Amino acid sequence: MARKVSTSRKLIVTAVAWTIGILLFFPILWIFLTSFKTEAVAIADPPVFLFFDWTTENYTTVQERSNYFRHFWNSVVISIGSTVLGLIIAVPAAWAMAFVPGKRTKDVLMWMLSTKMLPPVGVLIPIYLLFRDMGLLDTRIGLTIVLMLINLPIIVWMLYTYFREIPGEILEASRMDGASLRDEIIYVLTPMAVPGIASTLLLNIILAWNEAFWTLNLTAAKAAPLTAFIASYSSPEGLFYAKLSAASTMAIAPIMILGWFSQKQLVRGLTFGAVK
Amino acid sequence: MATDHSRTAARIMISPAVILLLAWMIVPLAMTLYFSFLRYNLLMPGMEEWIGFDNYVYFFEDPAFKAAIINTLVLVIGVLLITVVGGTLLALLLDQPMFGQGIVRILTIAPFLVMPTVSALVWKNMFMNPVNGLFAHLFKALGFAPYDFLGNAPLASIVFMVAWMWLPFAALILLTALQSLDQEQIEAAEMDGAGAFARFFYIVVPHLSRAATVVILIETIFLLSVFAEILVTTNGGPGYASTNLTYLVYVQSLLQFDVGAGAAGGVIAIILANIVAIFLMRMIGKNLDA
Amino acid sequence: MGRITLNQITKSFGDKQVIPPLDLEINDGEFVVFVGPSGCGKSTLLRLIAGLEDVSSGDIVIDGTPATDLPPAKRGLAMVFQSYALYPHMSVRKNIAFPLKMAKTDKAEIDRKVTNAAEVLNLTDYLDNRPGQLSGGQRQRVAIGRAIVREPAAFLFDEPLSNLDAALRVNMRAEISELHQQLATTMVYVTHDQVEAMTMADKIVVLHAGVIEQVGSPLELYERPRNRFVAGFIGSPKMNFLEGEPTAAYDAHAIGVRPEHITLSKTEGTWQGTVGLAEHLGSDTFVRIAVPGQGDMIVRTIGDFAVKPGETVFLTPDPAKIHRFDATGLALR
Repeated sequence: MARKVSTSRKLIVTAVAWTIGILLFFPILWIFLTSFKTEAVAIADPPVFLFFDWTTENYTTVQERSNYFRHFWNSVVISIGSTVLGLIIAVPAAWAMAFVPGKRTKDVLMWMLSTKMLPPVGVLIPIYLLFRDMGLLDTRIGLTIVLMLINLPIIVWMLYTYFREIPGEILEASRMDGASLRDEIIYVLTPMAVPGIASTLLLNIILAWNEAFWTLNLTAAKAAPLTAFIASYSSPEGLFYAKLSAASTMAIAPIMILGWFSQKQLVRGLTFGAVK
Repeated sequence: MATDHSRTAARIMISPAVILLLAWMIVPLAMTLYFSFLRYNLLMPGMEEWIGFDNYVYFFEDPAFKAAIINTLVLVIGVLLITVVGGTLLALLLDQPMFGQGIVRILTIAPFLVMPTVSALVWKNMFMNPVNGLFAHLFKALGFAPYDFLGNAPLASIVFMVAWMWLPFAALILLTALQSLDQEQIEAAEMDGAGAFARFFYIVVPHLSRAATVVILIETIFLLSVFAEILVTTNGGPGYASTNLTYLVYVQSLLQFDVGAGAAGGVIAIILANIVAIFLMRMIGKNLDA
Repeated sequence: MGRITLNQITKSFGDKQVIPPLDLEINDGEFVVFVGPSGCGKSTLLRLIAGLEDVSSGDIVIDGTPATDLPPAKRGLAMVFQSYALYPHMSVRKNIAFPLKMAKTDKAEIDRKVTNAAEVLNLTDYLDNRPGQLSGGQRQRVAIGRAIVREPAAFLFDEPLSNLDAALRVNMRAEISELHQQLATTMVYVTHDQVEAMTMADKIVVLHAGVIEQVGSPLELYERPRNRFVAGFIGSPKMNFLEGEPTAAYDAHAIGVRPEHITLSKTEGTWQGTVGLAEHLGSDTFVRIAVPGQGDMIVRTIGDFAVKPGETVFLTPDPAKIHRFDATGLALR
């Protein structure tokens, strides 16, 4: 709005908004702070906020006791792997649907989205049994394939919307300029699509990193990513709040940072474009 | 712009995605359906036999099933209420001019980015734990006895945790929709003499209702499948107090090894989700043409 | 070089036939303009020639070689799009060089040709800019540059000036005409603006609902339109048509006379009417006159003609410039 808003109104709004924001964010802040406390301080009553002896012992303990970095690495491999694999399959498909639309294109797209709406529990048993029989249980490969499949609809969808925003005439111009299909994709389409591809990559890495159904049910000790590893803290022994906090902070930090850059992509990817 | 050359190329390029998703859908679904008609227990393999709809009957008559359905509904509707109403208010707030808007946005988005297991465990232990949790400390400071949230109100507690995670999602979507509202429409309304409330009800609300519907439908799809939070906090208990349909199927299949019954439950979950999906697809379809 | 023949071309989209069987000859070096109202199929026809759309039946021959089944890249044509379709992520230099790169020309040759084209089009100072940093007219020239370096058999222009403002349009029109004189290459140009058609074309093809109404030089179309549609389309303001009583003297179903071929008098004339509106441009005056039984007629006079709305005025057509039409709209000669 081009009209002036009174400063006092702005201040009140700011105060309310910041309060709510901080309240919502508080648990995350608390995790972060607690990760630097000793266990005793972590459960102190009255609770201690900032003024205590900060220590990094929890971080080292978590790593020593349970090889935290292996699980971290599992998360990295699975998230990036499933997303990249998905991109390889999705880019040609989205290209085709965006630039050579047919009568059935819309139906195919909708059908792909509908597979995302399948409740995972409906296919839990067959997938579990299939994986067991094929030796894929508790493997990174197995998990990568599953996560790729459940995110494929979103990847295709997001790429499709980004590709549609590329003016068709520019691709036609490249054809008139003598470009073969391969040339067209390499020299014109891909450079123009890179921002869209990056956004899709970002969002789906986040979704894969946080996935908490298949990662919990198809893994045990070897391939367990962070979601499953953290779940093991649900039946701990002894005091563990500070260690839980350290493990949690490390688990969520990467996504916090990535997510900072992904707000627009979140909306586009998760509402399937129904909201602009 | 499509010529025959491009059409054939296009079909080839779509095929891998289509084939994979087709396989991903059909094969397991068919298997689940098949298993649901068998008596199949993982502890006694090789003794499967066809029992028709018996699994379904067993499922329906199981008191756990009734509880699970009710809990699923309570969970979904509870979270929806909190997130949509809260999300709308939050979106309206964030749309106002303020200082440091960017930072507030980041603060409010954050819960959605936390993985469900971390979120659930942190709430369970560091906040809701009746001995060491922050809420306990707070209650004591105010002179009340600490409350065992997860013991006494397991479902409500889980609703709370899940809502905390999804509130930013709803707020973000609604905020996006709010900001796409054409300012000129509001200005025209002002010229037509509409006051602030009138503008809100006649212009903003209808505009938002479309986005709110999308939020509701999408959240429902995901909320029907809440799993991790239950697994790491209450394990569905006490009794079946916090078991939803997803968790029940999990228990049947992987803990009790009753594949047949679990499959039947899975089929029911699919049917439920499909009903919601049909509405969602229609909404998306309308937008695809735009 | 640059001779294009269309034989019995048809185009259908699904069940809808947008271009019924059509024949056309474009000679080497001609500047041919496809003109017609929106939706008449002119852009579609251009795209069929370019190869961006497939013909439903018929064939296209370019310089004696059958081109109907050739993809766009192999037809030896270059196209300038309405939106210029420049590659946003490439500099002007790379944009212009792109077709040469696709043809695997060696680097020295590419540099030479790009520098040449840039000089011809006054783009030398902008070679390292991105399209986003250029004005509409400059982008237009880059698009033309990209087409020129291909040394095509013919240039295809799809309403290239529609996105420019009026003054720029006039300048670019002249530049394109000059380019044609310089290069002497066939140019096929699509526009809905008949002024562009009249000023730039060697040969105009008037299209209406996919059908060629008339092919001829600008002057031919102006002086001897084949039917009512062409008569009404070419010339601005439109030709006045009269039916009924006044046509009796001319043995025709309808007659037409252009605004510039009518003289006005306040005292006497063939037809009488009331002035509705007068547009005084200083150089000309356009007077809209309500003639009983005929509706409005427009007359153009040179210089100023002092009339006010509501005044009675008399119109006299030049008898040598009256066009006669039969009941089907065909011109009678």
